[in-house]
Amino acid sequence: MKRLTPYLLVLPGGLWLLAFLVVPIIFMASVSTQEGDVVNGFVQTFNVGNYVQAIGDFHTQFLRSAGYGLAGTAIAILLAYPMAYWIAFKGGARKSTYLLLVLLPFFVSFVLRTVSWKFMLADDGILLGPLKAIGLLPEDFHVLQTTAAVIGGLVYNYLAFMVLPIYVALERVDHRLVEAARDLYASRLGTFTKVVLPLSLPGVFAGVLMTFVPMTADYVNAAVLGGPENTMIGNVIQTQYLVGNDYPVGAALSLTLMAATLIGVFAYARALGTENVLAAAAR
Amino acid sequence: MDLRSNPAFLRGLTQSRKVSRRDAFRIAGMSVAGLALAACGVQGRGTGTATPSPDAVAAYWAGKKRNGTLRFANWPLYIDKEGSKYPSLELFEKEMGISVTYQEAIQENATWFGKIQPQLAAGHDIGFDLMVMSNSIQLNRAIQLGYLAPLDHSKLPNFASNAAAKVKNPIWDLGNTYTVPWTVGVTGIAYNPKYIDGEITSVHELWNSKYKGKVGMMQDTQELANFAFFALGIDPDKSTQADWERAAAKLKEQREAGLVRKYYENDYVDALVRGDIWITMAWSGDIFQQVAEGQDLKFYVPDEGGTIWTDNMCIPNTAANPVDALALMDFVYKPEIATMLVEYINYITPVPLTKDLVLANAAKAKGEDKKSLELIANSPLIYPSEADQSRLRVFKTLTIAEEKPFESAFQPIVQG
Repeated sequence: MKRLTPYLLVLPGGLWLLAFLVVPIIFMASVSTQEGDVVNGFVQTFNVGNYVQAIGDFHTQFLRSAGYGLAGTAIAILLAYPMAYWIAFKGGARKSTYLLLVLLPFFVSFVLRTVSWKFMLADDGILLGPLKAIGLLPEDFHVLQTTAAVIGGLVYNYLAFMVLPIYVALERVDHRLVEAARDLYASRLGTFTKVVLPLSLPGVFAGVLMTFVPMTADYVNAAVLGGPENTMIGNVIQTQYLVGNDYPVGAALSLTLMAATLIGVFAYARALGTENVLAAAAR
Repeated sequence: MDLRSNPAFLRGLTQSRKVSRRDAFRIAGMSVAGLALAACGVQGRGTGTATPSPDAVAAYWAGKKRNGTLRFANWPLYIDKEGSKYPSLELFEKEMGISVTYQEAIQENATWFGKIQPQLAAGHDIGFDLMVMSNSIQLNRAIQLGYLAPLDHSKLPNFASNAAAKVKNPIWDLGNTYTVPWTVGVTGIAYNPKYIDGEITSVHELWNSKYKGKVGMMQDTQELANFAFFALGIDPDKSTQADWERAAAKLKEQREAGLVRKYYENDYVDALVRGDIWITMAWSGDIFQQVAEGQDLKFYVPDEGGTIWTDNMCIPNTAANPVDALALMDFVYKPEIATMLVEYINYITPVPLTKDLVLANAAKAKGEDKKSLELIANSPLIYPSEADQSRLRVFKTLTIAEEKPFESAFQPIVQG
């Protein structure tokens, strides 16, 4: 019995993943090489052409999504790191309050938060209206339906996923190491770059994973805040499935996105020399 | 006007009326076919024929009797209501001795069709005898797959005498074989007079460089294509694949000139009110709601043409009480009942006689009621003028083979 216990513990979660992750992916892989239409049915023909079509028609949106994901992730690091640093080292007794504030937006639905931007940033809305009235902005200036609006929305919606892992990593930095660095005459900057930053990198890595991947696959921000030139790959996949009923191409797009993201993440891990960084982050 | 008592406003709040009226299986495919899509693929079921013989009508109705019950599935806030009662249905119950279970079960054509399709395919009762579906790919599919009961028009005398000629014999259901209209809507152009001076009447205003970045177009490819057809002088219903290419080029030109702010779903209304866009393709019901709430917006059917769409009553062929359903179908075509409906629903009624009855009611009413009734009777959005009506066209009914080339012509416009 004792020997079986670990397996029994992993069973519920394992079955869950098998039923709702592994099986659907196998289905999707199968659909991605089928041919036909929704009324007459789809038939398995091992047609790799779906992938050729998916990548040929939509490489622009793939590249754009990767670009938005990278830009959004970079901005999120720049915003989140100082925030997490401040909470971890200067937060004092109120740390948990500050963390709650970081999480607070998540108590409101994702779509609602994004839609509220539309009202805030309307061309003649509460923000831009007065600025235009006093001549600070040109009449035809607008934020909605621009690249900046989409990336801004992405950063806003995923920022907490960057702050939290960085905070956790910084929180674990042993203060005696910082004191030792000081004792050894390291400057403040030196202490940070040589001691604190390297120790917090696993947190940054985890944050990048948790923001870059969903940002790249996101479609709500592009749909709500974007314009004709901001379509992301998530929007394309949604349309292929729900509007075009072209399940094979939709599935080919999804699998391509998944493969590209995985390759990207592993390349990133390799480049940083942190293959074990996931384990480190989890420690 | 108290917003809470404004049905149009409530409807606007509670349902995205038009999210994807014309769309295909969609959610149906996702939920039903989705899992079955596995290794072996999905079997098609395209066996039904569009027009049954007269025998089929007789065969369906033979031996069917009135049971005294009716289960009616409709969209939210799409029937007159007082408190928790439905006055027009109560009249029906009293007059016909049929008790009605009314449910606001339908939120969207695609999801609704997704729910009922497996039962219909298996020949099971769906729990309803009467339902309302927009003219859409889902409705076409329901007809083609033989899911709907052919109507016995000898039992529909009020429809025959009171329905507007315009709404009879629609292209997607010739001879009203399977459906009769519940309400009708129009796709035209709306603009905000705060930003656009003077009267405008042309579809080409959507291509006017003065409104660069302030033009709203619809994301639905068929709606979008229709307005390019009008700009090119093509009747959507008669368009060929060569026309689709020309229309796509026309739309591409508009997009590349930076005119289009966004390809909207039903969020264009807010953008228009807020001033993000100045002029946009629009649905009549949406704009009536805004005007009734006091917004200064204009709506017109372009000189070159606009489109008309219909929500239709139909009877699933597995219905347990089809005779009772047929009775209600006819009952709502009585002018006084149709008047009760239009006064609440605020969409275009298929019974033109109601206009005088609404005006008569307005003459008897006082205060706010009088004002809102007059607004309804005199609104070109509920009673479009002859001139407007003559310019209205129906959507092209795409065959399954046409869907793919059509989508690949127009999908790249909205999917940039």
